[in-house]
Amino acid sequence: MLKLEKRPQPSQLWTWATPVLAVLITMVAGGALFAALGQDPVAAISTIFWQPLFGEFAFYYRPQLLIKGAPLVLIAIGLSLGFRAGIWNIGAEGQYIVGALAGAGVALAFYPAESALIFPLMVLAGAVGGWAWGMIPAVLKLRFGTNEILVSLMLVYVAEQLLAAMALGLMKNPEGRGFPGSRNLRQYDSAHNAELITGTGMHWGVVAALIAVIFAYVLLSRHLLGYHIRLAGQAPRAARFAGVRPARLVLFCLGTSGALAGLAGLFEVAGPAGQVSIDFNVGYGFTAIIVAFLGRLHPFGILLAGLLMALTYIGGELAQSNMGLPAAAIQLFQGMLLFFLLAVDLLTNYRIRLATKEVA
Amino acid sequence: MKLTHLLTSAALALGLTSAAVAQDKTKVGFIYVGPIGDGGWTYEHDKGRLAVEAQFGDAVETVYQESVPEGADAERAITQMALQGADLIFTTSFGFMEATLAVAEKFPNVKFEHATGYKTLPNVSTYSARFYEGRAVQGHIAGKMTKSNIVGYIASYPIPEVIRGINSAYIHAKKVNPDVEFKIIWAYTWFDPAKEADAATALIEQGADVILQHTDSTAPQAAAEKAGNVVTFGQASDMGEYAPFPRVSSIIDNWAPYYIARTQAVIDGTWESTQTWDGIGPGMVGIGEISDAVPADVKAEALALKAAMAEGSYHPFTGPLKKQDGSDWLAEGEVADDGTLLGMNFYVEGLTGEIPN
Repeated sequence: MLKLEKRPQPSQLWTWATPVLAVLITMVAGGALFAALGQDPVAAISTIFWQPLFGEFAFYYRPQLLIKGAPLVLIAIGLSLGFRAGIWNIGAEGQYIVGALAGAGVALAFYPAESALIFPLMVLAGAVGGWAWGMIPAVLKLRFGTNEILVSLMLVYVAEQLLAAMALGLMKNPEGRGFPGSRNLRQYDSAHNAELITGTGMHWGVVAALIAVIFAYVLLSRHLLGYHIRLAGQAPRAARFAGVRPARLVLFCLGTSGALAGLAGLFEVAGPAGQVSIDFNVGYGFTAIIVAFLGRLHPFGILLAGLLMALTYIGGELAQSNMGLPAAAIQLFQGMLLFFLLAVDLLTNYRIRLATKEVA
Repeated sequence: MKLTHLLTSAALALGLTSAAVAQDKTKVGFIYVGPIGDGGWTYEHDKGRLAVEAQFGDAVETVYQESVPEGADAERAITQMALQGADLIFTTSFGFMEATLAVAEKFPNVKFEHATGYKTLPNVSTYSARFYEGRAVQGHIAGKMTKSNIVGYIASYPIPEVIRGINSAYIHAKKVNPDVEFKIIWAYTWFDPAKEADAATALIEQGADVILQHTDSTAPQAAAEKAGNVVTFGQASDMGEYAPFPRVSSIIDNWAPYYIARTQAVIDGTWESTQTWDGIGPGMVGIGEISDAVPADVKAEALALKAAMAEGSYHPFTGPLKKQDGSDWLAEGEVADDGTLLGMNFYVEGLTGEIPN
């Protein structure tokens, strides 16, 4: 019989091996799922993982990986700081929306003036918008002891209503014949978050995501604040003795993750999405939670996890339209990834032993 | 900026031609906003796709992608279909408008058809149905069937399409029942069974005994069935599983004739950018079987109304009509022009509440 035995220390090896193992198990289980749907499992898995990278139209999909992955990485980096310190921001989706609204608001206020200053101002507004939305749960937590998980999550729905109100009212395109949705920022040069090098998918959001990864790495490994964050998560009592001020950590973590999510929203609305519309948000803020854990809350891990997640999205779409797989099967496939990750996580903290029969 | 665009299109066009040579079947793509199993909007578009397959057999290959989010993801989904060699792509939701145009600029040789939008290009057509004609029939039956004189209306988004439907239904309910009152709930979704069920229940609690819906799921039908004596109408699809009661009739979107005609045009090389807005007459809007729960005389009147609209002798927006604020809109005998209808952003006189802004 098998028996679980708690490890004295979480295994270093398994900490890094489990995500890879989870991906492999997902491939096997997903393949079985696709086979049950009457598709060739090998073809389906290769469509999802191989085609976007090395297939016939890879020249189009590779840049798309960056476009899809950048907001995930940017948001997940912010979330990971809080998650490490035991501060749970579940409402990045709301901060993403408010950041986009603030940034787009700046652009629309200046329309149709052209100036090189508009885009930097939008970036600033996006970060401040997301930061402010993240500060609400932070301040409520410190002042009234509310739970930041609930407050930040509920604020997502408030932000969605705000988004709908903006798309239908204040930010509605006056030349849009009464239809909802703002002007298209991609047709407004000063506000357009365009590709920096044609055909690479590299826009300012991708640059920001890479910078965030490096900053987070330096912060966590070299800086006192990073040490405090890690300490607060691992040993809250010890942290207090070491001079960590929990209130400051809460403000810093929720504020930073809010600002990064706001930035992601701004880069999206000014670039790939182009306009404020009722359905502008597509769940990056929630998917980023998966990315953060898939990447082991480590900056470089998150970078890889974000790209992997983007790959399953893009490959999944390919499998849908090329092989006629239902959308639900693809979502199930993505869900499996998180499920197996959590399942094999067991190996990090526990050891599996063959139980020997005890002699009476 | 411009050069960037040119280079991108050149690169993409290159990819396209190499794909197009490899196949001689006509490839038709469909981008759906919801799941095919929604039983409403997307379900009917997919029936149109299947009709294209049935009509052309081996000469045509269809591909589709369901539950495509509106925005940046839509652009990728559409580009992907164009790259894979689609000759004609139907994007079946208003929210795909900007994405459709962006992709169409990069693929001048691919034809695009955008449902319910208003922007066109030489290779982008728009198409929509005059659902307000169906709403007139619904309004007539609703006005006759309600005993509480309260009609509930589950609206989706405050866009002209939806407002037109509310106005049309209200005008025709009021005509046969001057005491009728409309209660409107904005659900801010096209498809969300939970939200739609909540809205239906709230309306029933407020005394509504007829529920009209501009959302796509059957959840309001189920809520009405549970409540007992509440009348409903199928939306987008017949929703016949709730007939004969609560569902007493329905508006059915029938895209098949249009999809077949446009596919044929691409095969023949006669496709041109057009703006189509068809109603009951050409068969794009269908009225589902009026069940026996409706008294025979009401049914006869409803069918006469339908026939009058089909032959064009009656327009649902015929004066005298005033706007909600009491100002004149249409004089006696005057008929609304399509431009006003397409951008409709006001209620007609008698409706209460405000259009959310």
